[in-house]
Amino acid sequence: MTSDRDPYGQESTVSERSAALASAPPPVRRIVVDREPQVAPPRAPVNGSASATATAQPVRAARPAAALVRERMRTEGLWLAYGQNWVVRDVSLPVRQGEVLALIGASGSGKTTLLRSLNRLTEITAGAARSGRITLEGTEIYELEVNDLRRRVSMVFQQPNPFPMSIFDNVAYALAEQRPPRGRRRRHTPELELAVEDALRRAGLHDEIAGDLERPALKLSGGQQQRLCIARALAAKPEVLLLDEPCSALDPISTATIEDLIVGLRESVAIVIVTHNLQQAQRVADHVAFMHLGELVEYGPAEQVFERPREQRTRDYISGAFG
Amino acid sequence: MATVELAPSPAPPAIVQPPRDRTSSWPLLDRIGYWACWATGIGLCVIAAAIVLFMLVEGISALRLNLFVESPAASLHQSQSGGFLDPLIGTFIVTAIGILIAAPLGVALAAWLSEYARPAGLARGVESAIEMIAGVPSIVLAIFGLIVFSQGFLGFLSQRASDGTVTAQSFLVAGIVMSLLALPLIVGATREALTQLPGRVREASFALGKTRATTLRCVLLPAVRPGIASGVVLGIGRIIGDTAIIVILLGATLKNEPVGNVPLLKTLRGSGSTLTSYIYNNSPAGEGNAPQKAYAAAFVLLMVVLVLNALVTRLSRGRSAGAVDWTMK
Repeated sequence: MTSDRDPYGQESTVSERSAALASAPPPVRRIVVDREPQVAPPRAPVNGSASATATAQPVRAARPAAALVRERMRTEGLWLAYGQNWVVRDVSLPVRQGEVLALIGASGSGKTTLLRSLNRLTEITAGAARSGRITLEGTEIYELEVNDLRRRVSMVFQQPNPFPMSIFDNVAYALAEQRPPRGRRRRHTPELELAVEDALRRAGLHDEIAGDLERPALKLSGGQQQRLCIARALAAKPEVLLLDEPCSALDPISTATIEDLIVGLRESVAIVIVTHNLQQAQRVADHVAFMHLGELVEYGPAEQVFERPREQRTRDYISGAFG
Repeated sequence: MATVELAPSPAPPAIVQPPRDRTSSWPLLDRIGYWACWATGIGLCVIAAAIVLFMLVEGISALRLNLFVESPAASLHQSQSGGFLDPLIGTFIVTAIGILIAAPLGVALAAWLSEYARPAGLARGVESAIEMIAGVPSIVLAIFGLIVFSQGFLGFLSQRASDGTVTAQSFLVAGIVMSLLALPLIVGATREALTQLPGRVREASFALGKTRATTLRCVLLPAVRPGIASGVVLGIGRIIGDTAIIVILLGATLKNEPVGNVPLLKTLRGSGSTLTSYIYNNSPAGEGNAPQKAYAAAFVLLMVVLVLNALVTRLSRGRSAGAVDWTMK
């Protein structure tokens, strides 16, 4: 190839070429369209008014009546530490069924640690320490058997983490007792099948995969995997569902699906969600807790925290001044 | 759908190749090192090819089908010294015993080390012990086995002479000591696979209210099956190839010599030989001195080991690219 030939075969000098590049637009491929492009017809929102992603101003589903809101968990003067490092400082919060509680705040503000302390998952990290009370239905959670607690307060993680088994086995595993009955293999009993299908239905996954529950779970899409994880977490009928940035690894459409799901679930289970995404918090939360450097800075109804924050630090965070 | 036609794009320009990297501009030491690496690499390929070719030529010319079905016989002449049926069976028995002991123990040890490992001091001790066993020459293991298994109360594993001495030579004894050879390999492969499972898999299971033991049994161990399998195959390769333990603890006899009358057990308690000891005995250094037989047996042994190696490669490739894909979309 001779150096003074441009890719289109015209002979030119370097200066001519750069002049041409500067003045004329580069040659483009023409797109010939013989018909108007056809787009998919607009569809009805998935979940009535709850389909918030499309609208600029989020419209939340109607708040459940006060009678349906019921306190499940509570932290009182909760301090949490890793080693010598206090990462949560004196946090008192109620967790109620019938509403979604969103924990917002910058990275390192302690929200994930707070979330993980609710089902004692912090304990698998060496050096974790706690002061203050966490109660589930009025009982201090240290007085509950830990695996029993985790079945009652289950958790969904940031990364979808289904087990390398079939879809069915993923959910059935959550339901299985620690020790399967002797001699009889834990397999598809009718009750188990019903329970698995019920969990998948609650997680909005049942209709998509109804035909083939024996497919490997890792073959599902990311969003489906996350909903499978939600189904798995719901299978044992927990009282509280903890969600640790459940959508941060997902695309916007899967995110919208899961947000609708969260809003729909709040009446049957108390939900706590940690999120970095303020729009998401605005779309799904009924109450918002803003944390900064381990402290609970502000707690209140979502509209109030987002529209009329009382604290300057909340106002700064929400307006994007830091974090 | 609207049909969209794209005007043909302009012909792609010719590709410019980057200039070849030349070593002439390198410092002399770098150049020497570079060519030394080349020479070593090629040298190794030549040696590997030579081993296979030599054994192929010598082995196949000596290999007869009847070698596989005839027992060895004592004879000064090669044509009458029989085949290697007994050593072939012996290899199979010793390997089976060794692996049947080493595999469950190795997996259990790896699981404990990776998931529990408390108290930390004990875990460190276990680790060093495994490393030490991995480093002990098999002849030393064999002598150690001889001391242990010639104790009177362990006579049921081998043969007890009328004066009370125990021979400590039997398939059972050799298999048990052989399991020590395979154990570190199985522990290592299983542990490595468990360590590579991301922590979120365990968290997911704990968060569902499962104990560590349930998580291991239902999630972790099934997920590392390919790792366990490649450890087992490596262990089999190690056992098949060992001679020292066979000579000392199996007797390396001409034929397998049963002890007692109980079927199966009489073979296991008796002495015998494997392909490796057969090769040794028939080599010019051994008492059989039938090199043709040695070549044929060596060829068979080499083929078995090569097949096992291919199996390991396949299994470990299956682990990285295959069924269990933890990477996220």
